[in-house]
Amino acid sequence: MSKRNPDYDFKWCPGCGDFGVKRAIEGALVTRSATKSEPIEKTVIVAGIGCSGNLVHLQEGPQPFGIHGIHGRTLPISWGIKSARPDLNVIIVSGDGDFLSIGAEHIGPQAKRNVDLTAIVMDNGVYGLTKGQASPTTEFEVVTPTTPLGKLDDKVNPLETYLAAGVSFIASSISTQVKQLQELIVEAMDYPGFSIVHVQSPCTTYNDTYALLKGNEKEGIEPLAKPIADDHDPADYVAASALARSRTIPIGLLYRKENSIPAHARLDAARARSKMHQQSVEDLLAAMKI
Amino acid sequence: MSKNLIVRFAGEGGQGVVGGSEIMAAAAAEVGYHVLTFATYPSQIKGGPAWGQARISTEPVLSSGDYLDVLVALNRYAYDHNIDELREGGIVIFNSEDFELEAGARTIGIPADQLARDSGNPRAANMIVIGAVAHLAGMPLRYLEGFVTQRFTRGRPGDDKIVEGNIKALHLGAEEAAKTGLSLGSPLDEPSEIVGERILIKGFEAACLGAMAAGLESFIGYPISPATTMLTYMEANFHGPNTFVGQASSEIESITAIIGSGFAGKKTMTSTAGPGFSLMGEGLGLAWMAEIPLVVADIQRGGPATGLPTKTEQSDLLVALNPGHGDLRLPVIAPGNVEEAFLAGAAAVNWSERYQGPVILLSEASIAERSQDILKPDVSAVIPETRVVSDGALGNERYAGGSVSPFPVPGGPGAYVANGSEHDEQGDTTHLPEVHIQMTERRFAKLQLLEDGTYEAEQTDRPVVLMPWGGSKGPAREAFERLIAEGDEIGWYYTMYLHPLPPAMLEDLRSKELVIVPELNYLGQFAGHLRSLGVNAHPIRQYTGLPFKVVDLMSAVRERMQTASGKLARV
Ligand SMILES: Cc1ncc(C[n+]2csc(CCOP(=O)(O)OP(=O)(O)O)c2C)c(N)n1
Ligand code: SF4
Ligand SMILES: [Mg+2]
Repeated sequence: MSKRNPDYDFKWCPGCGDFGVKRAIEGALVTRSATKSEPIEKTVIVAGIGCSGNLVHLQEGPQPFGIHGIHGRTLPISWGIKSARPDLNVIIVSGDGDFLSIGAEHIGPQAKRNVDLTAIVMDNGVYGLTKGQASPTTEFEVVTPTTPLGKLDDKVNPLETYLAAGVSFIASSISTQVKQLQELIVEAMDYPGFSIVHVQSPCTTYNDTYALLKGNEKEGIEPLAKPIADDHDPADYVAASALARSRTIPIGLLYRKENSIPAHARLDAARARSKMHQQSVEDLLAAMKI
Repeated sequence: MSKNLIVRFAGEGGQGVVGGSEIMAAAAAEVGYHVLTFATYPSQIKGGPAWGQARISTEPVLSSGDYLDVLVALNRYAYDHNIDELREGGIVIFNSEDFELEAGARTIGIPADQLARDSGNPRAANMIVIGAVAHLAGMPLRYLEGFVTQRFTRGRPGDDKIVEGNIKALHLGAEEAAKTGLSLGSPLDEPSEIVGERILIKGFEAACLGAMAAGLESFIGYPISPATTMLTYMEANFHGPNTFVGQASSEIESITAIIGSGFAGKKTMTSTAGPGFSLMGEGLGLAWMAEIPLVVADIQRGGPATGLPTKTEQSDLLVALNPGHGDLRLPVIAPGNVEEAFLAGAAAVNWSERYQGPVILLSEASIAERSQDILKPDVSAVIPETRVVSDGALGNERYAGGSVSPFPVPGGPGAYVANGSEHDEQGDTTHLPEVHIQMTERRFAKLQLLEDGTYEAEQTDRPVVLMPWGGSKGPAREAFERLIAEGDEIGWYYTMYLHPLPPAMLEDLRSKELVIVPELNYLGQFAGHLRSLGVNAHPIRQYTGLPFKVVDLMSAVRERMQTASGKLARV
């Protein structure tokens, strides 16, 4: 975190949504560490590249481990960590560009493996760190430095993408509701399988969507972010799909697959069934004897 | 009497030509011959020209050999395209059901499929041909019978029928050859008694086992010729309570996943070939920057892009040294034969743990895929090295000091951020010039821990020396021995530790008038690298997708030596 290192020059802009996400993660880690009486060092934050990924350095309070790698590769790095050490808690902090553009190719495989980790995606509908270019979640026809004629590509619907890919646990949240976000993160971490918490985290500098998300009753602007009704059954894939495709952004727990068997449990079970057994190097060499 | 038999089975993919040479070699190894196989085939499952070659010798084999004693041609194309490599006095066995050759030549037409049906085992066409080859070479059929019995006795009902059919096939083939009255002149010498515990092993198996002997714990890869066999070997054989083997969805996943495993404290590895290695460039930079131990085996094939997927080349050296952008230079170990592949697998894991960073195990199709008989490696001689793990004494100063520092393992003390951005001691991002200088120098200083590589040096007083690398070692060694025997004055240097080079060896090389580097690429990559280190190195280049022939090397070396004695300007 930056306080340890006064020379560290990265700062978020005032009002950036990522501040709220940071507080929610800090809260979630401390709470979870206490309830599970597990040292915070058992958690690893895997960070993408972007304003969002820099969260790993700004984290205050007790320090987890972190790895701040290269653009778009949080998912396979996390898979490697979990395959080596299923006992570690892995959370990803990533942005809409990092996760849904350059890193999108990893969502499908990861969902199929059902690796037990939690990805927190800070969606600001823009490439923040590289100064305001269009991202997959930038609205259609919006003008940015890379879309001077207006964005010609359709906007990606992240929740629909996750559902289609087979992600086991999908929550949607907003950076202003820190408490709810914190609870969703804890729930996602407790869930045995691949969980994503997709957070609307506005960029005050390049794409300030606070007003849109919150709406304005006086001006008759309906809020874009809308809480998921209490009677939604997260186990219901069809209902989750309908919500994901609605005109507004559903906020809350969208989908939670029942009976999720995470990657490491699948491996343990397959090993228990298999006749393949451990062989020493000596055994393997002996089998090649002339 | 003859010391050597070189036989090539040529046909098309799917006809079992590679299998034919492998069986011939395995049977010969069984009775004490030294063997080495080499194969080349198209990157398609069925069809396309393919051949497999076995060299069988009473002496240890260094290369797949120059000229063929026997060419087995299963179709006209195979005959036309391989006949030039038959030695004078060599014999062609051809598939008379497929094509005809003019009479009178040293050729034997065999209706292998028909004879196989006659033997009672329609799948024994290979055995018919092997029987014929054995007859020509004067190799007693009982050698092959013993092998066939052993190989096809698998504890299943009907085994005896299969064994019987195959043995009958061997005899039918031998009789067919005998009818012609042709022979290779001098029969193959009796094999020598098997000394020590010998094994028949492929290069890729040796590399995997070496890495396992050094304590490897995790392996993640993505299929690509000629490196897939490493992944499938691991999937089939690397099991244990704390091991993990997985298939990634791309090489970008392979490299970043093993970065995760290495970060989490495991000894980890992947295998790939050129195209996949290119995709790993950015990830390898991250491993170098964040100081994550891991091993990447790059089994070279030919050409840029998809190139020659199933051929052999040594054209990835430059990218192995510098696979990514920015200031970095990765350690590279390139085994010269199958024995060395085992040692290289172990050394690569040990190096990665010792200097805490990525190591490239650079091999090539001709070594990975060859079978060779070797003395069983002494596993107890491999001393696994494991990174020094942080006990928390340095707090979170992961990157403290001018060389390696204790490695904090997640879950334990010393929480830090492993950072691919430039960072300070604690892993926090910084762009301050003095920190970038300090950390860049730290990363390069760590390489000094790897300057313990061994090397070979002979005739060191000679001003002109031969210095091959990787798989060109075998043919170069054979060329060297023949040159010395014929009175040429030339020295020999060799190491599999290409970077960092053993310092004493480099010192020696710098004092040489000329260092001749045979290598399978257009650029002369290693020679260029040596020149950048102040060595007057010149390459002998070949870029056919095939290994060197000893005779070609000998004449190329002599040409270079003449130029050297004419004191051409240093380049
Ligand atoms: C391979 C690669 N390509 C491009 C970049 C440049 N780059 C850095 S961050 C970024 C986009 C970040 O967008 P997003 O993930 O939405 O994060 P934000 O800054 O908006 O939080 C890009 C393109 C890079 N670092 N690496
Ligand atoms: S550019 Fe946008 S995303 Fe980046 S720190 Fe500033 S407000 Fe946040
Ligand atoms: Mg963004």
